[in-house]
Amino acid sequence: MRLDPITAPSPARRLGLPALALGATVLVAMGLALIAGADPLATLGLILKGAAGSKFALLETLNRATPLIFTGLAVSVAFRARLWNIGAEAQLYAGALLTVVIGTQLGLPGPLALPLMAFGAVFAGALVLLGPVLLKTRLGVDEVVTTLLLNFIMALFISYLLEGPLKDPMGMGWPKSPALPRDARLPRLIEGLRLHWGFGLALISALTVWVMQTRTTLGYEIRATGLNPEAARFAGIPVGRVLVKTALISGGLAALAGFSEVAGLKGNLTADLSPGFGYTGIVVAMLALLHPLGVVVSALFVAGVFVGADSMSRAAGVPTYIADILLATALLFMVLAILLTKVRVVRG
Amino acid sequence: MTETKEAQDVVLRLSGITKRFGALTANDAISFELARGEVVALLGENGAGKTTLMNILFGHYTADEGTVDVFGQPLPPGLPGAALAAGVGMVHQHFTLAGNMTVLENILLGTRSLWTPGLGRAAARRRVQQLSHDFGLAVHPDARVATLSVGERQRVEILKALYREARILILDEPTAVLTPQESDALFETLRKAVAQGLSVIFISHKLHEVMAVSSRVLVLRHGKLVGEVATAETDRHQLAELMVGAEITPPAPAEARPGATLLRLDKVSTPARGNRTGLRSVDLELKAGQILGLAGVSGNGQGALADLLSGLETPSAGTMELAGAEIPRWSPREALAARIGRIPEDRHRTGTIADFTLTENAVLESYAEAPVAKAGWMDWSAARRAAEEIIETYDVRCPGPETRIRLLSGGNMQKLILGRVLGAQPRIILANQPVRGLDIGAVTYVQQRLIAARDAGAAVLLISEDLDEVLTLSDVVRVICEGRLSPEFPRGSKTPAELGQWMAGQGFDDAA
Repeated sequence: MRLDPITAPSPARRLGLPALALGATVLVAMGLALIAGADPLATLGLILKGAAGSKFALLETLNRATPLIFTGLAVSVAFRARLWNIGAEAQLYAGALLTVVIGTQLGLPGPLALPLMAFGAVFAGALVLLGPVLLKTRLGVDEVVTTLLLNFIMALFISYLLEGPLKDPMGMGWPKSPALPRDARLPRLIEGLRLHWGFGLALISALTVWVMQTRTTLGYEIRATGLNPEAARFAGIPVGRVLVKTALISGGLAALAGFSEVAGLKGNLTADLSPGFGYTGIVVAMLALLHPLGVVVSALFVAGVFVGADSMSRAAGVPTYIADILLATALLFMVLAILLTKVRVVRG
Repeated sequence: MTETKEAQDVVLRLSGITKRFGALTANDAISFELARGEVVALLGENGAGKTTLMNILFGHYTADEGTVDVFGQPLPPGLPGAALAAGVGMVHQHFTLAGNMTVLENILLGTRSLWTPGLGRAAARRRVQQLSHDFGLAVHPDARVATLSVGERQRVEILKALYREARILILDEPTAVLTPQESDALFETLRKAVAQGLSVIFISHKLHEVMAVSSRVLVLRHGKLVGEVATAETDRHQLAELMVGAEITPPAPAEARPGATLLRLDKVSTPARGNRTGLRSVDLELKAGQILGLAGVSGNGQGALADLLSGLETPSAGTMELAGAEIPRWSPREALAARIGRIPEDRHRTGTIADFTLTENAVLESYAEAPVAKAGWMDWSAARRAAEEIIETYDVRCPGPETRIRLLSGGNMQKLILGRVLGAQPRIILANQPVRGLDIGAVTYVQQRLIAARDAGAAVLLISEDLDEVLTLSDVVRVICEGRLSPEFPRGSKTPAELGQWMAGQGFDDAA
């Protein structure tokens, strides 16, 4: 068996194979439900219903998708430049931290506090990724290692703050920060619906990133650096500086997830603010083939799977782990589908 | 071609081979015969269908029409194993060796079951040594392949084929990666193989090699067999015309009229990097309207000098002056701003970005300036116009400016780079191996463009490992050896043999 490259894949191949991957994922899910002793079709129906079957379910999915859009964008921007940012989790917490500190400690009025919180968050997230990228461009230190390890450092740092200086005196001993004042919270997107402006900000960010990548010189530089750094450097593109700029954008986007979760949903900072949004962002970005608008779609899909599986589990008694397995299989099948749009398997 | 060939002498017969890829007919009813003990050269421009034909013969592709007979037996199509078993061995342009294994292990790979105790190494080693000796393929059977030079790796590939008792050897562009000395050794091996009754198909577009090694030449053009001539009855000129389908006029530059010095290096040294030789106290002047040819064996500091002019390297000692002024800072951007046009040695790795479109590649060096960019925003229609102009002016054959450049042939890629470089109207042109791997039509085209740029007043530094090329194009020749430069030799003042001595390091004054 060998692989022959396909220079111009047909539309049937480009669209059919990902659809097939999705179908295969559904089959795996049904198999798992069968093993868990539930009716496969009913389980699938319950997941769908839980994700989008009612107004409440849909809003829950949109809320869950919001941080994933931000972290997915953060990862896709960085991966485009072949900057392997595995640390969106740490950048998210850095953003959440600055959001809470600015929102609770400065006593600013809401209209002033909210933009400042957002800027502070972006600044903090960018700063967290600045160290790894400078180590990479100056000393050649592998950013996969540094960004990954920073996640743990940040988690422990947040724990320390929540047990110490940032601990809510009224929190009855729970490790959590004081709550943001009412007027320092993100307003609802539409009055009466439980969906905050973080989702709107996420959509605007996706559009902005897309325009940046396709229409600006910086986007061109980022893509050139990612595809062939040697040719980029030869052509006069300042590769090191481009990587630093990319890191600042990526870190800032991930931090906005923290800002949006704290200011839009939770109102305070706890150590379990993110159930791995930073890592799931990698899955979201990969499923979207690093396309910024695709990130929105894949974040909705991933959020739907989580929310749907949660609700299904309560009704059908199938463990929620099915959501993780579903995402993993979806990713694997999608990677395979993408490979098969580029190459053809030939016998002999 | 002799009509009265004995039947048993024909080892390979291709009859009416046709292969279509969509609308493109890569091979159009090609028929020929290969006799025992002869070297047939298969000549053709890039995209003429040489590689497709050999892939059909070897079973990688299945022909739409036509048959292949080996030793009188029809070869089942589409099975590389069948070709191997029938005694056809192929040495690809890109080697297929496992770097972490020894020579012997690579040769044995796939020849026997993995369960064979000890793989029968002792007997195999004796046979490999015998073959090495018989065919002049010196290589140690226990050497790890990763440590071997390119020439040695090729010998392993040939040994691999011989070990499998190939009686027909197909060599795809075998000299593209070899030094002249290694090529000579390869030709000696081929002569020995032929003397022992093997038959060879030699794919190339280097005419002097074809003339040196083959007894018969087949010429392919646009998928058709357009000529079949005995090597003794032809010459390079005729072959070139058959290949291109038009009259070829080798470039004959007029007398140069050198002008002002545009770039001056004064006792410049650069650090050695890894295996790469640095420059050692080099003096160099590039004058307007003059081509300075730099001859030398690969790896003697050409890379360092090219990087210095490209802006990738800065002098560690000495001074570099552009138009009489010393350079303050130095980077690729500064080099471009100083209007140095750079044609890089490796068009795939440094000259282009494979997954970018022609448009995106066309503006690689001008993406940040008007008209392509305004205040940080790309104007893609302006970029597209720039690409279309290059495609038009420099005859880049492509489906359109939105094609990814990876799909273009090397020659067309080089034309795009040439258009990008010359379109910026550089005052100094660094041409590092500008025609390596190109077919004759493209070679002549690129060379003529360089001469035209010289005549328009540009200073050209031509770096080439091909002494013929240097002698044809250069107004002044210098030789580089171990990071030092020879004095300037005006056109015609030194014979190739004399320059060869300089290339080997004789004549340099080490005290200087």
